[in-house]
Amino acid sequence: MTPTLTVALAGNPNSGKTTIFNHLTGARQHVGNYPGVTVEKKEGVFDHRGTRVHVVDLPGTYSLTAYTEEELVARNFLIEQRPRVVADVVDASNLERNLYLAVQLLELRVPLVLVLNMSDVAERRGFAIDHRRLGELLGARVVPTVGHKGIGVGALRDAIVEVGSGHAVPEPVEVSYGREINEELAKVTPLIEADERLAATYGPRWVAVKLLEDDHQVREGVEALTAEPDAILEAAAASRRHLRRVFGESPEIVLADRRYGFISGACQEAVVHTVEARHSMSDRIDAVVMHRMVGLPLFLVLMYVVFQFTFAVGEAPTNWIEALFGWLSEGIRSLWPAGVATALRDLVCDGVIAGVGGVLTFVPYIMLLFLAIAFLEDTGYMARAAFVADRLMHRIGLHGKSFIPMLLGFGCSVPAIMATRTLDTRRDRLTTMLVVPLMSCSARFVIYTVMVGAFFADRVLVDLGVVKLRLQPVMYFTIYLIGVAIAVVAARVLRATVLRGETTPLVMELPPYRLPTVPGLLIHMWERAWMFIRKAGTVILGVSIVLWVITTYPRKERFEGAYEARLEAARRSFVEAVTALGPVLGAPPEAMRALAEAEARGSGLPALGGAPARDRLSRFLEVRDDLLKLEGGLAREVARAGVTPGAPAHGALAVHHKLRLDELRGRDPGAYDAAERYLHQILPSYRSALAEVEHAKAAELLGHSLAGRIGHAIEPALRPLGFDWKIATALIGAFAAKEVFVAQMGIVYAVGAGEANRAALRARLREDYTPLQGFCLMLFCLVSMPCVATIAATRRESGGWRWALFQLGGLTALAYVLTLVAYQFGLLLGIGA
Amino acid sequence: MMMWARGGASGGRPLSLSEVREGRRVRVMGVNAGMGLTSRLTAMGVVPGTEVLMVSNQGAGPAVVEVRGTRLALGRGMTRKILVCGLEQAGQ
Repeated sequence: MTPTLTVALAGNPNSGKTTIFNHLTGARQHVGNYPGVTVEKKEGVFDHRGTRVHVVDLPGTYSLTAYTEEELVARNFLIEQRPRVVADVVDASNLERNLYLAVQLLELRVPLVLVLNMSDVAERRGFAIDHRRLGELLGARVVPTVGHKGIGVGALRDAIVEVGSGHAVPEPVEVSYGREINEELAKVTPLIEADERLAATYGPRWVAVKLLEDDHQVREGVEALTAEPDAILEAAAASRRHLRRVFGESPEIVLADRRYGFISGACQEAVVHTVEARHSMSDRIDAVVMHRMVGLPLFLVLMYVVFQFTFAVGEAPTNWIEALFGWLSEGIRSLWPAGVATALRDLVCDGVIAGVGGVLTFVPYIMLLFLAIAFLEDTGYMARAAFVADRLMHRIGLHGKSFIPMLLGFGCSVPAIMATRTLDTRRDRLTTMLVVPLMSCSARFVIYTVMVGAFFADRVLVDLGVVKLRLQPVMYFTIYLIGVAIAVVAARVLRATVLRGETTPLVMELPPYRLPTVPGLLIHMWERAWMFIRKAGTVILGVSIVLWVITTYPRKERFEGAYEARLEAARRSFVEAVTALGPVLGAPPEAMRALAEAEARGSGLPALGGAPARDRLSRFLEVRDDLLKLEGGLAREVARAGVTPGAPAHGALAVHHKLRLDELRGRDPGAYDAAERYLHQILPSYRSALAEVEHAKAAELLGHSLAGRIGHAIEPALRPLGFDWKIATALIGAFAAKEVFVAQMGIVYAVGAGEANRAALRARLREDYTPLQGFCLMLFCLVSMPCVATIAATRRESGGWRWALFQLGGLTALAYVLTLVAYQFGLLLGIGA
Repeated sequence: MMMWARGGASGGRPLSLSEVREGRRVRVMGVNAGMGLTSRLTAMGVVPGTEVLMVSNQGAGPAVVEVRGTRLALGRGMTRKILVCGLEQAGQ
């Protein structure tokens, strides 16, 4: 059996820890979560000299106190899992601050390998580090690396395996805190040593140090592990009081000061400053990026670029995925043996395949967005962005970094919620996550286009000659603005109630600018996409299938509308109309009838009577094909030339077209006239009659389905908002994805779900509802029920259903109240009623 | 008129970091905040006695300081809670 060992990778944020992790493990890594918290856990493996090394990437932290979730997770992992080696990645160009974590690791007495990363930068900045001396002073193996070039990774593997297998394990140096503190430690430590269980769990000196620092987590540990904690805790409290008297400061500050003192001492001995070189490049970039006038506009421009990059570049692959799944669904449907297990066929084609397609359509956006975010983070700009936006966002009680998720919300809530990861505290993350759906996403825009088009005829509101203020853009802007305003208020309210707590003051490192590495960016992008597919995707798929089922079942076997009879009537009048073309074409009526019946049945041409009849019919079919081709050709030419009807260029094309038509007619006027009438009158009216029946049937089916029944059932509750059961039913469908609302309205109004039927839908909506109801509908769709993908993303990012359901319930309740107020006031004041 | 003790460690009157003008170098005297914030600052290298160079202070919004060779952005509220005393003018 291969020997295995575990190494934990610790380090400050911005120390290049992730790059080292990627170099160590390559593609053999996966991302999960630490149990019970939202902190990400990355793991990977590599084999080296016959040993399998399991690498756990601890969250990036500056310290190991119990004040942040990340620090606690890292510390608990070290204490509970006892990894054989801890590799601490430090930024060699910023040694003092980075060694603070290293000293805390030494205090934990873990076998330490110190990774002096970015040693090339350190040299350029004029630091010459004596690795061996530094190792002696700290009691750790020291390995210099250049992470982005992979230099020193081999030596790091050697060091990990050697230390892990027990060879050449350095003895961690004991940090001396000075006489007073050492004396107090000497009083507390023996009490801890006396308790075997406690001493074995943590290490006695470490517990003593932490008790002097009044670390509440360790205090709880002492209470839980020992039978009589009082003696230990009282001794510690007495020592704390004593130290406070002596130093006039809290002991934890004195201890921190001593650690930094120890670090300074070590650095003075092991580091030589060759030249004093400031990070001049970073300073020059900062002078522009953080400029008081230029900074904010530049930030907004960059955010616009990220937005455009994500949603404009992502559009094409998203459409491909949609087309691919549409094709797949159609393909399976056509290959399915007729009449066999049709319910299963519908489930597979309309439920599962459509659902999987729905999940995957988000993936291009997520990949591009996280590519952009990873780029901004890895270059170091993200910290500056937070700095620049901080003043703005602070007013609404949010962190500067919240700006990015909020902005992305205008594209799609799902990647926006995933982007809240970049925020530092859970409170900020949750607040942002909860209000992100109030940013009108692109799916809501689809709803707005139908509603605004239906109810707010475009007219000029204010005419200033050059500038005309038109109603429709004002309506769009208003609804977007309402979303932002509600988000701002909601964020403030959340911060004052459920997510109360002092606003996290900004304390953030501004790392020097760096060029990101391509593999680093790609790994990050892939990680996010995969996590979305695996975690959110399954929920989205499940709910989409459920929603498909409730909008499809129970199926109706006997319809109220006599659809078969209506279809038959449509077919009959089609056949009659075609038969009537006989004299025009100069063919026997019975031959025409046979042709029409064949076409209505969709079967092949029948054997026709005598040769003359056959001849006339085939002339008819030829001319019909030619006419279709000519018309198709004109449409293509118009599209290619990009001319609009009425333009002179269009006129020229039309004249040319007319000449060709005349030529075609000249060859056989009878056949031409018959074909023309067939194509332009008989066939379109037949088709629309068929579609009418199909749409009426679909409307009846939906009304009969579970969703329709729920719609009917909740109608009384929605009536005060101005909504009827049709809207209620469509709203249920909108939970799958907001844009489905429009398709479902198309179905309930029996005008069809497709894009081509929007004008008909608008007309029907105008007949049935007032502009006030239209506005209320927009408002309700904006605020209420984020789609299932949003809920799934919130669940994933908040670490449980609790906040996801709170978001769902809270926003829906809010939407109800707001719409109720808007509708009732509107009625009262007679606005748009 | 602001008086700065030059080159000396004893410093002038204590003031909050938010009042320090750009380009000044100061020494941290203490942090007037809860345990959580203090520990956050400590982890970032800001403890009593630390030298801080004010890089950017725009009178409103966050400030940028240099501490132990790194740049830190500190929110306005934070800078008000950090007490410092003057050291010298940068570049002198």
